[in-house]
Amino acid sequence: MSTSSGTPESWISSFCSLLGHEYFAEISEDFIEDDFNLTGLQGQVAMYKEALEMILDVEPEEDEDDEEDEEEEDGDDSVEGEERASRRGAADRRHHRMASDLSIIESSAEMLYGLIHQRFICSRVGIQQMSEKYELSHFGVCPRTLCNGTRCLPVGISDVPGEDTVKLFCPSCVDIYVPPNSRFQTVDGAFFGRTFGALFLLTFPDYDITKKGAERISNLEHPNARGATLNNDSEEKEKINGMNASNLAPGLGKGNTYEPKIYGFKVSERARSGPRMGWLRDKPADIQELNEAAAYHAEHPDFSDDDEASMNGAATNSRPPRPPRRTTRRANGGSPMSVEANGQGL
Amino acid sequence: MDDFNSDTDSDYTSYWRDWFISSRGNEYFCEIDEDYLTDRFNLTGLNTEVQYYQYALDLVTDVFDLDCDDEMRETIEKSARHLYGLVHARYIVTTRGLAKMLEKYKKADFGKCPRVMCKSHPLLPMGQSDNPNVKAVKLYCAKCEDIYNPKSSRHSAIDGAYFGTSFHNIIFQVYPALIPQKTYDRYIPRIYGFRVHAPATLIRWQHAQRDDMRKRLRKLEIESGFKDDEEDVEAEDSEEEEEEEEVDMDALENGEIEGGELNNQI
Repeated sequence: MSTSSGTPESWISSFCSLLGHEYFAEISEDFIEDDFNLTGLQGQVAMYKEALEMILDVEPEEDEDDEEDEEEEDGDDSVEGEERASRRGAADRRHHRMASDLSIIESSAEMLYGLIHQRFICSRVGIQQMSEKYELSHFGVCPRTLCNGTRCLPVGISDVPGEDTVKLFCPSCVDIYVPPNSRFQTVDGAFFGRTFGALFLLTFPDYDITKKGAERISNLEHPNARGATLNNDSEEKEKINGMNASNLAPGLGKGNTYEPKIYGFKVSERARSGPRMGWLRDKPADIQELNEAAAYHAEHPDFSDDDEASMNGAATNSRPPRPPRRTTRRANGGSPMSVEANGQGL
Repeated sequence: MDDFNSDTDSDYTSYWRDWFISSRGNEYFCEIDEDYLTDRFNLTGLNTEVQYYQYALDLVTDVFDLDCDDEMRETIEKSARHLYGLVHARYIVTTRGLAKMLEKYKKADFGKCPRVMCKSHPLLPMGQSDNPNVKAVKLYCAKCEDIYNPKSSRHSAIDGAYFGTSFHNIIFQVYPALIPQKTYDRYIPRIYGFRVHAPATLIRWQHAQRDDMRKRLRKLEIESGFKDDEEDVEAEDSEEEEEEEEVDMDALENGEIEGGELNNQI
């Protein structure tokens, strides 16, 4: 494979600059060229090879793999029919094929790019790129009033393409929202995947997620919400279940919930129209209440299932469960989780 | 200049309210009845709030006939919009006003809830204060009972006091049939299919709060408005000796609810 650098703009950067594609990171060619990163995608994308060539701006090779193209050209054009008869035709046949199939390849390439993107943004390089976009508020802010414009992250609610469109995850209220602009309603959620949002927060634990778009995060010396000063190890910050306590749903809890009132009087819970969803935006006054996972489970057996109980019992003070697929990133400089240990100085 | 029969002569005088509610950015307002506006009792106290009160009122009721320069007209126009907004906040909690806003709510004129799990439930406009110039209008979703910023900047400039803090709650007291069914559906952050520890503990805590609330309501025999009400009541009725079973049921139920849409793609 040879990369052609003749075109002024690569397919990848033109794809990412399309209207509605503002959430996408530009995947590095190294990532795509490593076949290991593409494991299993061959079966998911039609015309995989052509699509991959298009993404990488590689000149199509002269070899034939035309079975699927026969149907496409099943027209009644006799000239074309003859040409098909003499099938080891020539370059012009090739050109014709390219012209008629270009739109199919184009859409395949978009699909392939999206699926690689889902993997890329969970890699170390990719998540770094996404963090730069996050800092610049490329993904927009939470529409919830009491989140005060917390920046969001793009997520999918499925890893399978074609199921749902991209959503915005707000770390401040731990909820997902429909992007405000309808142009994002054509972007597949699987191109971002379910993992990215939560992985991002674990990868960059020192982000002060309550900060608004204009304020830059790059300076790690900022005071956190509780007034403690940080150092790069961030060991002095209050932790809760593997996260900085100040970053666990800062937009929820007392003072950040909406209380329905009529002429200044609270609507009673006992009213038919009374509040029922307060729990969704609630948070314990003392966040450490959540730390006692084991005690919690003893008190509220309702919510235990076997795996979880044993997991939480063992992991009260340790990190959240690690993703099992770390090895898939080996080719790309280690797992994204390793950033957590040594990659805090962005 | 009070031409009720023509709306082409001048922007200032013809059917001012028609023009106002149909102009861009004012989609949230409904039309206030002439009767309501002309009853001085409904306007009590507003004369101190609005500059050029009388002229503004004349403009709103299409009887404005002052000959004045453009600058003055502009000021009065602004006052008229302010007056209309303040009367609007009072009007929409009257029977007729509620009915008009209900129509708009049904047509989702106020937009739809951005929260994914609310599945585009229509919103209602509301203010966080009844005093003007404090906070801009917000949108209330009755399904998740939370408030959101309007999507469009032309709406986020509207004063929240023009809708008030009470309207969106009153409408559900007047029309209880409109109260949407509440749901357990929510987003659970996951990494490669595994729940993340910190948010998961918070979510479990929240669910415990929710169940406490449902128990309180059940004791008082008040409908909680969740769709799986009956199942839960049965589980509760069976009481302590069958606690094991209850646990199973709850676990199952939660699995279904949380997993219905999100879990099955693991």
